[in-house]
Amino acid sequence: MIKTQNNKAWFLVLPVLVVVAFSAVLPLMTVVNYALNDTFGNNKFFWVGLEWFEEMVTSSRLHDALGRQILFSAIILTIQVPLGIYIALNMPKKGFWASFCLVLMSLPLLIPFNVVGTIWQIFGRVDIGLLGHTLGALGIDYNYTNDPFDAWMTVIVMDVWHWTSLVALLAYAGLQSIPQAYYQAAKIDQASRWAVFRYIELPKMQGVLLIAILLRFMDSFMIYTEPFVVTGGGPGNSTTFLSIDLVKMAIGQFDLGPAAAFSLMYFLVILLVSWVFFTVMTNLDRQESK
Amino acid sequence: MAQITLKNLAHSYYPNATKESDFALKQMDHVWKDGGAYALLGSSGCGKTTLLNIISGLLRPSQGRVLFGDRDVTDAETSERNIAQVFQFPVVYDTMTVRDNLAFPLRNRGMDPKYIAERVQAIAQMIGMEDRLSRKAQGLTADAKQKISLGRGMVREDVNAILFDEPLTVIDPHMKWELRTQLKKLHRDFGHTMIYVTHDQTEALTFADKVVVMYDGRVVQMGTPEELFETPAHTFVGYFIGSPGMNLFNAKIEGNRAHLQGASVSLGAAYGPLSGRTQIGIRPEYVTLSRGEGLPCRIRRVEDVGRHRLIRAEVAGQPISIVAPEGMEIGADLTHAAFAPGKINVYADDWRVTGGAA
Repeated sequence: MIKTQNNKAWFLVLPVLVVVAFSAVLPLMTVVNYALNDTFGNNKFFWVGLEWFEEMVTSSRLHDALGRQILFSAIILTIQVPLGIYIALNMPKKGFWASFCLVLMSLPLLIPFNVVGTIWQIFGRVDIGLLGHTLGALGIDYNYTNDPFDAWMTVIVMDVWHWTSLVALLAYAGLQSIPQAYYQAAKIDQASRWAVFRYIELPKMQGVLLIAILLRFMDSFMIYTEPFVVTGGGPGNSTTFLSIDLVKMAIGQFDLGPAAAFSLMYFLVILLVSWVFFTVMTNLDRQESK
Repeated sequence: MAQITLKNLAHSYYPNATKESDFALKQMDHVWKDGGAYALLGSSGCGKTTLLNIISGLLRPSQGRVLFGDRDVTDAETSERNIAQVFQFPVVYDTMTVRDNLAFPLRNRGMDPKYIAERVQAIAQMIGMEDRLSRKAQGLTADAKQKISLGRGMVREDVNAILFDEPLTVIDPHMKWELRTQLKKLHRDFGHTMIYVTHDQTEALTFADKVVVMYDGRVVQMGTPEELFETPAHTFVGYFIGSPGMNLFNAKIEGNRAHLQGASVSLGAAYGPLSGRTQIGIRPEYVTLSRGEGLPCRIRRVEDVGRHRLIRAEVAGQPISIVAPEGMEIGADLTHAAFAPGKINVYADDWRVTGGAA
C-alpha cells in the first residue's frame, strides 16, 4: 500500500511540544545544568562533570535518608494495603450507611497536606494535644519532639490516618464491581469465607490494588509536607526523609550542585519503580484479555 | 435426593409488602417430584430466578415453607441443602486452573482426592475440555467459561437437585444443542431432580418431561409439552408456547356457541354463563383456509417459513395467524377460515374454562 507522507501533521503536535518544553523539559534542564556545574554566584558556572553525582552516591547522609525513606514506605504499604482491604470488605454495600461511610472515608483525603501536619502536630503535643496529653496522663512516656521512636510512630499513624482511605476506597470500588452471581456460586460450592476472599475478591481487586500500591508507594516515597510540619525531620535526623533532606540541602544550605544531582537520581528511582509497575499491570491486562 | 415441596410460598423484595403487586412471587403451592426434569418457562421478570434462588437457599422467602422430602429447610443455609446451581452468566474462579475449578465444590466438602480426580476427568470429558484441564480459567472464551460453570454444577453426584438458570444464553447454537443433549443424558443416568429456567420454548420443550410456565409471579400451568400446546390453562401459555402463539378472539359465549363480531362458531362443548372478559383461543395449526366453510376471512400476507407457510389474515375484524402446509395453493378463492372442532379453548379473564358435554 502506498501511504502519502504529509509532514504538515507535525505542526498539530507543536503546541503540546511547546507547552511541555516550557513546563517540564526546560526546568529539568536547568537542574541538569546545576548538577554538572559548580557556581560561586554571578551566574558563573564551572564544569565539574559527574563529581556531584559521585559525591552523592557515596554520601552517608544520603544513604541514611534513603534507608529511612525505604523503611517508611515499606511500613506504610504493609499497614495501609491490608488495612484498606479490611475496611473495604467491612463497609456496607448499599443504603444510607454506604454513602455515609464513603463520605467519612473521603474526608481525610480532602484535607490539605500542611493542615494534616498541623492537626497532628497539635494533637500530639504533650502540653495541650489531646493525644499527647492523654498518653502522658496514662503514664506512657510519649514525646515526639525528643524521642525518635515516638516521632516515627506519630508520622506513621498520621500517614495511615491520612491515606488508608485511598486504598480502602479503591478496594471498595473493586469489590462493588463483582457480580452477585460470584458470591452465590461460592455459596453453592460451599466455599469458606477465606476461599471467597482468596479466589473471588482478591483476583477481582488485583487491578485496583496495583494502582493503590503504586500511588501509595510514590506518595510515601516523596512525602515532605506532613512530617516536615510535625517533626521538621527531627529529633536529630531521625525523620529526615529524602524530600526533607533535599530541601535542606538545596534551600537551607544552598548546595545547588549536590542537591541537583540528588534530585535527578531521586527522580530516576521514582521513574524506574513506576515503569516496573506499569509493565506488570499491562502484562496482567494482556493475560486477562488473552 | 428428595421431593421438593413449596408450601404457601410467596416472596417480595420489599420489607413491608402489602399489595399483591409488591410480590415478585405470588402465593403458590408447588411440588417438584424427585427425579423429574422440569423446565421453568416464562418471560423476563416473571419470578423464575427468584423461585430458583428460594429453592437453593440464596434467598429466604418472605412467607411459606420449603421442604426437601419431609425436612423443612426454609431457614437452612445453601450449603446444608446440597444443591447445585448454574447461573446465567459464567462464574469461574479466574486464578484457578480448569481442573481446580471443577474440583472446587468437591474439595470444599473434603472428598477423597482419588475420587475427585476421577470425577473431574469424567466431567471434563462430558463438557469437552479434557485437553485444557491444566490451563488457567482466566482468558477462556465466554462459552468455555460457561461450560466450566456447568461442569461445576454437575460434578457432585449426591446433590438433591440441580438448578439451571438460563445456562445456555452465552453458548453458541450448535454447542447449545450438544450440551442440552448432555444434560438430558446426565438426567437419564443419574436421575437428579433438575429444574431448568429458560425463556426459550424450544429449549424447555426438548429438555423437560414437565414444563412449568410462570407469568407475573405465578405458576400458571404445569404439564407435558403436549398439554401446554393443546390446552393452555392461561392465555399467556397460549401466546408464549407455539410459534406463532395461539389466536385469541374476544367473543361472547352462549352455550356451545361463541359469537364473534358478526359471526359465530360452534365450540364442541357447552359452557355455563361466564363473567368477565371472555375469549376463545385456537392454535394457528388448527385453522384451515377454505372456499366457503367457516368464518369469512381476508388474507393480508403470506410468509414462507420453510416447512410450512404462515398466513396473516383477518377474521371478524381481528388478526389471525394460520399455518398452511407447504405446496398448498393460496389463491383469491380462499375466502373462509375453518376452526377444527374440539380444538377451541374458552377463556374467562385469561383463565381457561372447561366445558361440559355439548
